[in-house]
Amino acid sequence: MSVETASIAERLELLGCIQCGKCTGGCPVARKTALNIRDLIYHVLVEPEVDPEAHPELWDCTSCFTCVERCLKDVHPAELIIELRGQLVENGDVPETIGAALMGVFRQGNPTGISREDRAAWAAGLEIKGAQEGCETLYFVGCSPAYDPRAQMATRALAKALTAADLDFGTLGTKESCCGNEVRRMGESGLFEMLVEENGELIRSVGAQRLVTSSPHCFNTFRNEYGLDEMMVLHYTQLVAELIEQGKLTLTKSVDKTVTYHDPCFLGKQNHIFDEPRAILKAIPGLKLVEMDRSRERSLCCEGGGGRMWAEGTNLEERLAFQRVQEAADTGAEVLAVACPFCLLTLEDAVKVQELDDRLQVLDIMELVDLAIDG
Amino acid sequence: MSKEQDKPAALIIGGGIAGIQAALDVADAGYPVYLVEREPSVGGRMAQLDKTFPTLDCSSCILTPKMVDVGQHPNINLMTYSEVISLERQDNTFRARVRQKPRHVDVSKCTGCGACAEACRMKGRVTSQFNAGIAQRSAIYVPFPQAVPLKYTVDPEACLYLTRGKCGKTFLCRDACPADAIDFEQEETLVDVEVGAVIVATGFDLMAPTLKPEFGYGVYPEVMTGLEFERLSSASGPTMGKIVVNDKTPQDVVFIKCVGSRDPHTGVPYCSRICCMYTAKHAHLVRDKLPDARITIFYMDVRAFGKGYEEFYDRVRDEGVIYRRGEAAEVIRRGDRVVVLAEDTLLGQPVEVEADLVVLATAVVPRADAAQVADVVGVTCSPNGFFQEAHVKMHPVETGTDGIFVAGCCQGPQDIPDTVAQAKAAAASAMVALRRLEQAEPGQQEQAE
Repeated sequence: MSVETASIAERLELLGCIQCGKCTGGCPVARKTALNIRDLIYHVLVEPEVDPEAHPELWDCTSCFTCVERCLKDVHPAELIIELRGQLVENGDVPETIGAALMGVFRQGNPTGISREDRAAWAAGLEIKGAQEGCETLYFVGCSPAYDPRAQMATRALAKALTAADLDFGTLGTKESCCGNEVRRMGESGLFEMLVEENGELIRSVGAQRLVTSSPHCFNTFRNEYGLDEMMVLHYTQLVAELIEQGKLTLTKSVDKTVTYHDPCFLGKQNHIFDEPRAILKAIPGLKLVEMDRSRERSLCCEGGGGRMWAEGTNLEERLAFQRVQEAADTGAEVLAVACPFCLLTLEDAVKVQELDDRLQVLDIMELVDLAIDG
Repeated sequence: MSKEQDKPAALIIGGGIAGIQAALDVADAGYPVYLVEREPSVGGRMAQLDKTFPTLDCSSCILTPKMVDVGQHPNINLMTYSEVISLERQDNTFRARVRQKPRHVDVSKCTGCGACAEACRMKGRVTSQFNAGIAQRSAIYVPFPQAVPLKYTVDPEACLYLTRGKCGKTFLCRDACPADAIDFEQEETLVDVEVGAVIVATGFDLMAPTLKPEFGYGVYPEVMTGLEFERLSSASGPTMGKIVVNDKTPQDVVFIKCVGSRDPHTGVPYCSRICCMYTAKHAHLVRDKLPDARITIFYMDVRAFGKGYEEFYDRVRDEGVIYRRGEAAEVIRRGDRVVVLAEDTLLGQPVEVEADLVVLATAVVPRADAAQVADVVGVTCSPNGFFQEAHVKMHPVETGTDGIFVAGCCQGPQDIPDTVAQAKAAAASAMVALRRLEQAEPGQQEQAE
């Protein structure tokens, strides 16, 4: 069957679905909105077309990929959502905020739409070299870490730690564009392909051995979707854990806090990196690490992925982040440590809304590391 | 064995129900049998079970007589706590080398009284594999009271003397033994046997439930495997059959089927074939013991294809066991209970079921060392790791090597009726091989030493 005449079910290889319901049963948003991916798959299996306009809940999906990770039959349920979103994007029928984010990426290389010229502003006062001069490790900063004032604090802390460890690293500065991980998941596959081409070319031109990212979202697409097979793609937690283990980064100052760690979906569930972030936290003197009930593979999504940073979804009242910060507070931890800029923003907001700010502070792992570095 | 001196013998590897049945059939036909079992007792998995589906026969009640028979049969040389370490073809027979591990107990003296285990310094501190890890024993032990032979064995991985070279000032077990049977000087012995046919019946393992981390096994004491539940429910188990979790009687019990099965990611693309029925049986046992409990089974499909199986499934539903269609997705903690998250696909809605006990029907997998055993014996493994039959339809118990046969779950998941049938088929095929050998060289077979 040719691609043109193949049904969605055939193109996305959904025919193997046995309708077991493991996808919807484990879907964190299915518990609070009309989203039912198992049901959507059944519809495309037995009907020629599904009208995506009849399903506003398609924008509820966070691309946490719990469904994909757990599917017994290697059906990639979330890919159907991406496909159906793609139809909406093609028809121009998307929530206004999603449209604006995509336009921002197209025009300025970032979903906020702030000028490309400001992309390196976070680094003011830090001496960070341009990657084009040649470097062993290319640090891909990412959009939120570069532009968001709160996320920038973690970005600066990471840059300072890499400098303290005498790592030969550089950035692409204002030439860097959005990695496209969220763009693809919002259904804009054309723009995503363009970004892969542009960024891919730029990244390869540096000739670095390693590519490190702040965001698990950038990390995921570079590792799994860019075809950067010649480079080692790392999330910062992997790099920093390695620097600590090799003795290149020493943490000497005591951080006497009880900390719990929230596994980001794109780092944990999707890329199975669970131990390195914990290794960093355990290396901080004085820090006491406690676990939430739902940790590692059972971590609860913060609801910030898959374009949800720019779309409210159909149930704003019961945000997963609210539930998550309550779970963190229940451990008795004073700090909820994160390793993702989206988690940082969604969870910090939730702490304020839930009025937990007198008990619980949300910090990126690098902010805790920064507290432990002498000088 | 005087009458059978000249007859060719069979070697049967594995003393579970498959090996036991095959041994009895071959021996009853008049051929000598070497039955080699690596554990201290025959019995295998079936000895661990409480009741059996669909008839609800007590497993040990129907198994124990057969275990006793293999222990007493004049044509069966029972070699427990032993392993086949090599098998070589010699013309049209095989020479097998069997390693008899030291029990550190003289079986000719041991009366099975148990005074040693009572005295052992490690009493109550060693995990009982027979009890699927939910009970403790001593370092000197019989796996279960009906063991055949009823002889004690020192666990080399748990005995203080064998692991550390020292057990206090004196050996408590040796001091306690009225028969002077304990012998720490005992060494392994190698025995060579010559046989005309081999039946491999080495059984199965269960998938580690931690391969499905979403179910919280090892995190929550409320979550256990089906085999652990068998021991919990068994009158011979640590609670004497009382279903107790966290010192409490469960009010809500949830069973999760297909844990790891039908899932290529866990290396188990196949259906494990026994879980649908043993889960129905488990639900019945809970209903029987806890009439007021709410019992839920999450399932993808119900496969009740055997004789009397659909009727049993009907019976269990009539007893008020709720079948909810949907593969459970996750188990999380809520207060002092756990919650099973799933989609009820018939409702089309995500649901939560609180539980005090969650039982996971974990997949049947090949023995962890199946590949090494295959190598020693000279059979091949199928892509799933079970031993490969010569043809799935036409030669189901033969292997690629003439004279070597397979029976039971080492060939693929099967229930007890199928295992017994297959064991009888393997025995018949082995007897054909032995008979041909007799006819080819009448009176030429030598009894192996």
